[in-house]
Amino acid sequence: MAKRLLVRGNEAICMGAIEAGCRYYFGYPITPQNDIPEFMSREMPGLNGEFIQAESEIASINMVLGAAATGARAMTSSSSPGISLKMETISYMAGMEIPCLIVNISRSGPGLGGIDASQGDYFQAVKGGGHGGYHIIVLAPSSIQEMYDLTMLAFDLAEIYRMPAMILGDAVVGQMKEPLIPHPRPHRELPAKDWALRGTEEGGQRVVKSLFLGDGELEAHNWKLFAKYRDLAAKEARWEDYETADATLIATGFGSAARIAKTAVAMAREEGMKVGLLRPITLFPFPAKAFASATEHCKTVLDIELNTGQMVEDVRLSVARDAEVHFYGRPSGTGSLPTPEELLEQIRRYYRN
Amino acid sequence: MFMAGYGGQGVLLAGTLLAQAAIVEEKNVSFLPSYGVEKRGGAAVCTVVISDGDVGSPVVGNPSVAVILNQSSLDKYGPRIKPGGICIVNTSLVDLSGFPRKDLDIIAIEMNAVAREIGDARMVNMVAVGAYAARTGAVSIDALAEALKDTLPERNHRFIPANVRALEAGASLIGKSGQV
Repeated sequence: MAKRLLVRGNEAICMGAIEAGCRYYFGYPITPQNDIPEFMSREMPGLNGEFIQAESEIASINMVLGAAATGARAMTSSSSPGISLKMETISYMAGMEIPCLIVNISRSGPGLGGIDASQGDYFQAVKGGGHGGYHIIVLAPSSIQEMYDLTMLAFDLAEIYRMPAMILGDAVVGQMKEPLIPHPRPHRELPAKDWALRGTEEGGQRVVKSLFLGDGELEAHNWKLFAKYRDLAAKEARWEDYETADATLIATGFGSAARIAKTAVAMAREEGMKVGLLRPITLFPFPAKAFASATEHCKTVLDIELNTGQMVEDVRLSVARDAEVHFYGRPSGTGSLPTPEELLEQIRRYYRN
Repeated sequence: MFMAGYGGQGVLLAGTLLAQAAIVEEKNVSFLPSYGVEKRGGAAVCTVVISDGDVGSPVVGNPSVAVILNQSSLDKYGPRIKPGGICIVNTSLVDLSGFPRKDLDIIAIEMNAVAREIGDARMVNMVAVGAYAARTGAVSIDALAEALKDTLPERNHRFIPANVRALEAGASLIGKSGQV
């Protein structure tokens, strides 16, 4: 058995990024993700990489744009208010089709909010938080192993689809320590970077831009981006299915909330209730087909989030027409993290044999 | 299990050590610290789940074991311990006379005094972990001693023997029957 390391979630992201070949980190400190710049500042110089603590969040995301435009794997990390500051450039990168990784170890809001675990940034992450009607790939880990694995996947998907990708976590998965089994980056076929700006030695002029003024150009560009989002939905949706085959109630949620809900589901099973869990791993693309097919036989869904109801909108759009979708939310703040016992009560409330 | 005290008592280090020891014993484990606004003298809490199977939720509502290092932690977390559970209390700093619960196995240890006796008042956390390990059998003292190597930075490895003595001192207060 490979050696298991006790690793903090934020550090697992760094280990995954380094294994994925990322050598450029640009960031600005904010709780609860400071382990990421700390780790990267220690490791990058020895790997012949670059670590820059920029003067602001805005500067750091623009440094990511510059590095990634050359085809290098580059990343930044922040937490909710810092991610808001990066939104203009994320929109530019979506328009310019620049692959990169953005990590949001989100905290409670709105505004300065607090530092507690929160899922208040779902809308911002999956609906295009900046202007112009774009999407980015959004992955939601719920264990330390997934923090590592999904970081590597995020870099690959970003390159395959030429668009930014985000890891959306929170203080639970960021601060928690669990055993991690590191492993080499899995092989995936990656397209040639025939767009990357590397001077002229690879041939003629290359242009990476988001300004399209010619007649019909921008409309065509938007349809091109849309086609990628459709492809992603068809090919890259990922989810965890736990005990849903015979379930009469399916609990759902993402990231940390799903992790807590899974224990509540196991407790319900021990009491003889037929309950399962459907956990989206990709939030964009949303695994709509998994919900449609699961709700062909199971007509009750209970969505659990650390907010007042965000992913539940996508769940409602995805389930069979005669399925009922209930919601239980704990918008975050000190002392508001739900316990498995509390979620079991909610399962009992909606469970019918 | 829950471990709670104030910042500076080594609660988070003790939790990390337990988690590392669980890995030594090839068990599954999660360690969830409280974080952020903590400082010396503030509240420090961590939740450690050790399991032979899937750990599941790192957040626990009603822990089966609580290790309580100061008074405010007993007041806050005492009511949440699972009925029939174990409560290991540092009675150097906690007054149990007003604690109403009769449905718990309460293990009272003057941890500050024990730590001072073995020569280092800062070892309260290790005395607590030793007692916890001996009472619950969740991990062995040997595994804890082994785990110290991965938990402490290299520059502090010279303190490992003292930490092991504190672990053993805590464990020795728990009799073979599991009682103090």
